Amino acid sequence: MTEERPMLDVKNLSVRYRGTDTPAVRDVSFTLGRERLGIVGESGSGKSTVGRALLKLLPTAELTADRMRFEEVDLLTAPERKMLELRGQRMSMILQDPKFSLNPIQRCGLQIAEAYRTHVRCSKGEARAKAIEMLSAVQIRDPERVFDLYPHEVSGGMGQRIMIAMMLLADPGLVIADEPTSALDVTVRLKVLRILDGLVREKGIGLIMISHDLSLVRSFCDRVLIMYAGRVVETLAARDLDNARHPYTQGLLAAQPRIGGSRDELPVLERKDSWLEPAEERP
Amino acid sequence: MTLNRQHMRGALGQGASILVTLFGLLILTFVIGRIMPTDPVRAIVGEDATQEVYMNVYQELGLDKPMWQQFFLYLRDLATGDFGTSIRTGKPVIQDILHALPATIELATFAIIIGACLGVPLGVMAAVKKDRWQDHVIRVFSLMGHSMPIFWTGMIGLLVFYASLGWVGGSGRMSQFYIGMVPDRTGFLLIDSAVAGQWDVFRSALRHIILPAALLGYSSSAYITRMTRSFMLDQINQEYVTTARVKGLSQRQTIWRHAFANIRVQLVTIVALAYGALLEGAVLIETVFAWPGFGQYLTSSLRIGDMNAVMTCVLIVGLIFITLNIISDILYRVFDPRTR
Repeated sequence: MTEERPMLDVKNLSVRYRGTDTPAVRDVSFTLGRERLGIVGESGSGKSTVGRALLKLLPTAELTADRMRFEEVDLLTAPERKMLELRGQRMSMILQDPKFSLNPIQRCGLQIAEAYRTHVRCSKGEARAKAIEMLSAVQIRDPERVFDLYPHEVSGGMGQRIMIAMMLLADPGLVIADEPTSALDVTVRLKVLRILDGLVREKGIGLIMISHDLSLVRSFCDRVLIMYAGRVVETLAARDLDNARHPYTQGLLAAQPRIGGSRDELPVLERKDSWLEPAEERP
Repeated sequence: MTLNRQHMRGALGQGASILVTLFGLLILTFVIGRIMPTDPVRAIVGEDATQEVYMNVYQELGLDKPMWQQFFLYLRDLATGDFGTSIRTGKPVIQDILHALPATIELATFAIIIGACLGVPLGVMAAVKKDRWQDHVIRVFSLMGHSMPIFWTGMIGLLVFYASLGWVGGSGRMSQFYIGMVPDRTGFLLIDSAVAGQWDVFRSALRHIILPAALLGYSSSAYITRMTRSFMLDQINQEYVTTARVKGLSQRQTIWRHAFANIRVQLVTIVALAYGALLEGAVLIETVFAWPGFGQYLTSSLRIGDMNAVMTCVLIVGLIFITLNIISDILYRVFDPRTR
């Protein structure tokens, strides 16, 4: 992690969807180096909006921030042409459910190759070779065959690996994974995450993992942002999650079932207005 | 191997359903011929014929036989290409129709090309610019096309573009002057005149077809625009569109390569339906423009109860829709891998 100049630097980011009064995200600040950052929160807490705002993929929303910088690019003022260059090549995003995030009428391999051909001038054959290479990198056993399959012909786990292949193909510096395993069977979840984790470490990619699953974030991230009602209420190292100070985080942790734990009813969050205040900074 | 068998079964199933539809259609036309309150015998023999002559023709037509036998006689006649004779023109019905149909197909094809070329891009644009001024303008434009009666736009069009401006030809398929100059090969005037190298006639035909085709095209583009817009809106909110954006594709590439590619199946359906409607129901515009087409032939035959002609026309309309359905089905398979 380069302390002096992080790869991504966001200060007081607010996002308001057109036609609504309350911002979906307000005053979110964080920095990211070549590390793995988890953003955790309940549905509607604004965590996915943060991810999409970074890629400027929200045409119907107003973005304001004191600072939103990715490497040398000021994202706030970057024109769409610059964003086209960044997206897919230097920053990309893994979406939640391969059933919906892959184009149903295009062969999987062509969709992967398209990610490459958008940014690199090359022949079809070259892009195909690159895509097949990437398919084996996500541990797909028969990449030549899978290249020619349509999305409805692959399983969820395989679909998500295809998605990962597509998004990591151009060697981006930053990858945002928006609930990458929520739509998958529990049995393949870990496998897919390990593949993603392996590639992220190997290539030194900065990862933002958006999730509502505390235990996944705990084991796959270095640092965690806890979001509540559009705000970051607490930032802490993943290994310190158990020592969280914010009552919301504590409530989330307490509401998790544990194998071998008590069989009493799990506690339910009792929300308080004071939760909107961030936890005091740790010394 | 299994895939091939599946294909075979699909094709067989489709073939069977076409046969069933066709059979239903034949029953329908037969029933129409029997329940209409006209007397086919009287139509042939005339008002003054004696009872004896009347009975002879009655038996000749097989009307004394039971219904199911009559139906098979009808089928046998059709199989031998005998669709009966028209009372109105005295010529075999099929000959009349083969003369009128190309005129209508020519007009409808021209019109649907204009309608689709106008409606599809406008619909896509309206969806992309949803709720902005472009969207509003397009919606008003297409609503006008939808709500102005075609016979009225036809007359206004003739007044403005023919009578005042003189940009287009008037009624009919070509100028009176050229009638009979081009040998009737296919019945499609534009093709026949081009094949014969009669470029004057070709130009005249083009000047005559352009206005009715444009008006029909505009009116069907209204429907195509609105459907395209709503199909596109469905797709634009899909996650795979976001994926394409994340890959770094521009909005234009995303829209055409991904979103639009996914509405082709639905578009084929509605364009085929609009085309069918044009082929069957361009009566109003054919009347306004004195276009000697199928719609006119059908209405004139209906008006005087020319049953053989009506039955055959209904049969042809049915066949047109069956054909369009088959073509749509084939295109589905081309455009959507999930239906293969």
